[in-house]
Amino acid sequence: MNWDLFPQFLATGLLTGGIYALIALGLVLIYKSSRVFNFAQGHILMLGAFIAWWFTENLGWSIWMAFLAAMGVAVLVGLVIERLALRPLIGQPILAAVMMTLALAQFLQGAVILAFGAYQRSLPTMFPLQPLILGDVRLKLNLVLAFAVALIGFAVFVLFFRFTRAGLAMRAAAEDHQLAQSVGLSVPRIFGLAWAIASVVAMIGGVLLANISGVETNLSVIALKAFPAVLFGGLESIPGAIIGGLTVGVIESLVGGLPQDQAIRSLHLGDIAPYVFMLLVLMVRPEGLFGLKRIERI
Amino acid sequence: MALRLAGDFDTSYAHDIAVIRNRGQWLMTLVFLVALFALPFFAGSGILGTLNLIGISIIVVHGLNLLVGYTGQISLGQAAFMSVGAYTSAVLVRGGVSFWFALPAAGLIAGLVGLLFGLPALRIKGFYLAMATLSAQFIIPWFFRNVRVDIFGGMPGLRVPPPELGGIIFNSQQTMYFPIMGVVVLCTIVAKNIARTRLGRAFVAIRDNDLAAEVLGIHGFTYKLRAFFLSAFYAGLAGSLWAHYARSINPEQFSLLNSVWYLGMVIVGGMGSALGPILGATFIRLLEETTIQFSPLLGKIFPEAQAGLLAGLGPLLFGLVLMLFLVFEPRGLAHRWELLKAAWRLRPFAH
Repeated sequence: MNWDLFPQFLATGLLTGGIYALIALGLVLIYKSSRVFNFAQGHILMLGAFIAWWFTENLGWSIWMAFLAAMGVAVLVGLVIERLALRPLIGQPILAAVMMTLALAQFLQGAVILAFGAYQRSLPTMFPLQPLILGDVRLKLNLVLAFAVALIGFAVFVLFFRFTRAGLAMRAAAEDHQLAQSVGLSVPRIFGLAWAIASVVAMIGGVLLANISGVETNLSVIALKAFPAVLFGGLESIPGAIIGGLTVGVIESLVGGLPQDQAIRSLHLGDIAPYVFMLLVLMVRPEGLFGLKRIERI
Repeated sequence: MALRLAGDFDTSYAHDIAVIRNRGQWLMTLVFLVALFALPFFAGSGILGTLNLIGISIIVVHGLNLLVGYTGQISLGQAAFMSVGAYTSAVLVRGGVSFWFALPAAGLIAGLVGLLFGLPALRIKGFYLAMATLSAQFIIPWFFRNVRVDIFGGMPGLRVPPPELGGIIFNSQQTMYFPIMGVVVLCTIVAKNIARTRLGRAFVAIRDNDLAAEVLGIHGFTYKLRAFFLSAFYAGLAGSLWAHYARSINPEQFSLLNSVWYLGMVIVGGMGSALGPILGATFIRLLEETTIQFSPLLGKIFPEAQAGLLAGLGPLLFGLVLMLFLVFEPRGLAHRWELLKAAWRLRPFAH
């Protein structure tokens, strides 16, 4: 074991975890309000990266302008997805909604490849590239700043839920659809809002991530790591999303980096550590840390 | 229930439960089977290649349909269970075991692995169970990619020898057609009949309301495990056939994407019907084949999109078709077929 490198791996894990947390936030938002788990979250993220690239490349905008514009497009994308794909399925069994988001993921994958082509691009850099050195730990400054932007985004949405009327309406709808409707809230509109916000969150993640690893269709794969994060934190919990995201990032980084033995390293344990962790969570505490435990009655 | 033909009465208990009900249907079944197995003597290897692929998909989707369509448990790991079958069979045959023994062994081992990943069903259900199978979809290919590279071949995978029987070597589309279609026919008969037994009815009861099923005396956990076993067993058989059909396997052939496609076939075909997997697998595979055939043509019409055309059009159309089915015909093609049959039998009346 390379225990001297422990702080290094811990820090890298936390930074990656920040991105997982941001994706997890989008998943939680949609699940909380409409009980749909969005398997297409990663593909919306990838779409965001491509849209931002398109703005910088074809319109010559600065990366920050493109970032804001991508968030604007995200609102539209979220609303369209909710209206055309998910609303017709209200009242259908859970399998239909799961399949719909999986189908949506395939559709977006195909659409992005057709529209932009499947080769890798790079975005203009948002952050300076020099390393940040804190004692023994060397970090890439762009990762740290991306983490900071992710955290700011996270904080903005938490405040939105806490202190705005729309946020309150969303929390009410998450509690009980019928009760929310009986006090005059439009539940379908809240679903639309949830999808719009989740898309914005995904696209923020997409642009941040594309800044670090380039614009490509493989970006969607990262959302698969956010699934263990959401389950660990609890599907209905926003604080759970950040704790889950950071935990999964750290676990992945430590399991992948710490073992020194070549035979163990060659197993690439870091690749599956999040999923083994997810399996354990499912067996020991399926509802996660802060999720709601469901009690069923006939 | 489907409408019966005029004059078709139940005259004995055996006749009451028969699937094939009269001489006309027997005749049609026989003609179909003869035509099915005579086809390789007339068709070219391009068509047979497509049919073989459809056949393997039908087996996988039959298994998935037992789990998803009848028992109502979502599985995102079917391709991974298929890979267990493929690797079992490949390793056994490379070690000198006959393919005809390796085929059922592949089903069995895949079934046991399926059982293992079905175990969380003791505590969780619905969406959470889907996530457990999703973790299978990552852990199993990881295993074949990284563990015991000397046996499983790691990333590049394994080359697989062709099956042999009495001097005949099954190394072409023509010859592989027979074992594949043989297993397809057997699997269809078994799947159709499982649904009509106590086991199948218990599956449906669990799907419709698992708590009520428990109250009726159906032990939900053991029946869910049986569904997981059967589903993975089918996937294992298909995996074994796939290994000897493709003659080379690697972990990338059994990705999450493939699992999603198999689920899509279940939905498009129609859940909870033995006909559904056949229609669904055929429809989606033909759609894929058409895309492959037409994308060079489209590339000439839209030269700027040429690069991503094939890679993009496949997922785009699959996603679109699946979304349209979910919104407009969630009961799938099999339901359409039943409606068509009823309309034909009632013609010229509407009801």
